Amino acid sequence: MYRITVENGAKRFGPRKVFADINFDLKTGESLAIVGRNGAGKSTLLLCLLRQYLLTKGTLKYFENEKELENDSLKGRIGFVSPYLNFYTQLSAEENIRFIATVKGVNVTGKEIDSLLSKVGLEGRGADLVAEYSSGMYQRLKYAVAIMDNPPFLFLDEPTSNLDSDGKGIVTQIVEEHRAKSIIVIATNEQEEYSLAEKQCRVGQ
Amino acid sequence: MQKSNAGLVSRSFAVLAKDIRLEFRSRYAINAILMFGITSLAVVSFSVGQSSLPPVLMAAVFWIVMFFSAVSGLAQVFIREEEAGTSLVLKLNGPAEPVYLGKLFFNFLLLSTMSMIITPLFFMFTDAPTDGVVAFLAILLLGVIGLCAATTLVAAVIAKAAIKGALFAVLSFPILVPLLLPVVNATEIVFDGGAFIDISAHLQFLLAYAVIMIVGSLLLFRFVWEE
Repeated sequence: MYRITVENGAKRFGPRKVFADINFDLKTGESLAIVGRNGAGKSTLLLCLLRQYLLTKGTLKYFENEKELENDSLKGRIGFVSPYLNFYTQLSAEENIRFIATVKGVNVTGKEIDSLLSKVGLEGRGADLVAEYSSGMYQRLKYAVAIMDNPPFLFLDEPTSNLDSDGKGIVTQIVEEHRAKSIIVIATNEQEEYSLAEKQCRVGQ
Repeated sequence: MQKSNAGLVSRSFAVLAKDIRLEFRSRYAINAILMFGITSLAVVSFSVGQSSLPPVLMAAVFWIVMFFSAVSGLAQVFIREEEAGTSLVLKLNGPAEPVYLGKLFFNFLLLSTMSMIITPLFFMFTDAPTDGVVAFLAILLLGVIGLCAATTLVAAVIAKAAIKGALFAVLSFPILVPLLLPVVNATEIVFDGGAFIDISAHLQFLLAYAVIMIVGSLLLFRFVWEE
């Protein structure tokens, strides 16, 4: 059982307040949509949750079976999909997956890579360089990487951007599959995306 | 998919293998380094002409070429990650140390390859004596390790800055002065006909410098990388 808690979370860049008074407590099986207008700080909050930015005020804690997880233990346990997450475009999709799996400490076989790619609708395209992918295919690859080892935390920023209706269906399917075993956080201002989550946290009111 | 017991070595090797593969497909860093090295050696050769340089100047010229070649290419390992926006993938998925070690080995391979091309050209363009070649190669090896150890950490620092090139040279220089002085001095001794024993103190210092820089960088890298 995993848990994330944020208490009185606030972030400033110099004099500019991005968000303040963010509070939530999520356990495995729960999902949260971070909503707000453009520029409200949804992606910044996600980056704070990923510990890429420090909160200016407040606390952020991760737990596994009520034992707090340190930064190092958290690495490799987060699946992340975002417009600003980039892969190596001069490597193929398979090479990217293999490399990230090794860095994560995950054993991945060729069959498993095929199965992952097939799950996101990229069957037969694993050997292609990512540079040759369309934006929608690139987004699908991000899902293949994010879910490769069923992470306990799944963070999705604008989850269906660049995707066609089939791709959106795949995202819904992935969210439903991971709903029971992960904590899912979705940053969006699209209704069809935030309706995938049970709870809401509004930023930039 | 199962969690593996991937340790520091296998993760570092994965980072190294990825960077080698990317370099083979783009040849960005090796071209930058070789262009600088060969061009500057050719300029020195044309300027000197038929006249013979004293050992101290030959040693200085060789290490000036090595220093600026390193400065022109070794920062690419981190700049490429920042510019392509791929550093987040590395930061989210694994610890910092394998990233440093993978990049360090990559820079070592890069500068070693460059040295293997530049060194014979240097001996061809200048009339540097080839008698003490083993001693010269020992200095070169430790000098290259020291250059890579010091500049890899600086490369990680400057990768996020706006004026990367100038900052890399400015930040690297003070860290590299303790390396450059003994390598130039030891190279001068070798070019002047000195034996291996005459540079043993220099080699010990260079070895100590490399070890200190690698261990220090390994300890500090996490703070630079995760800042």
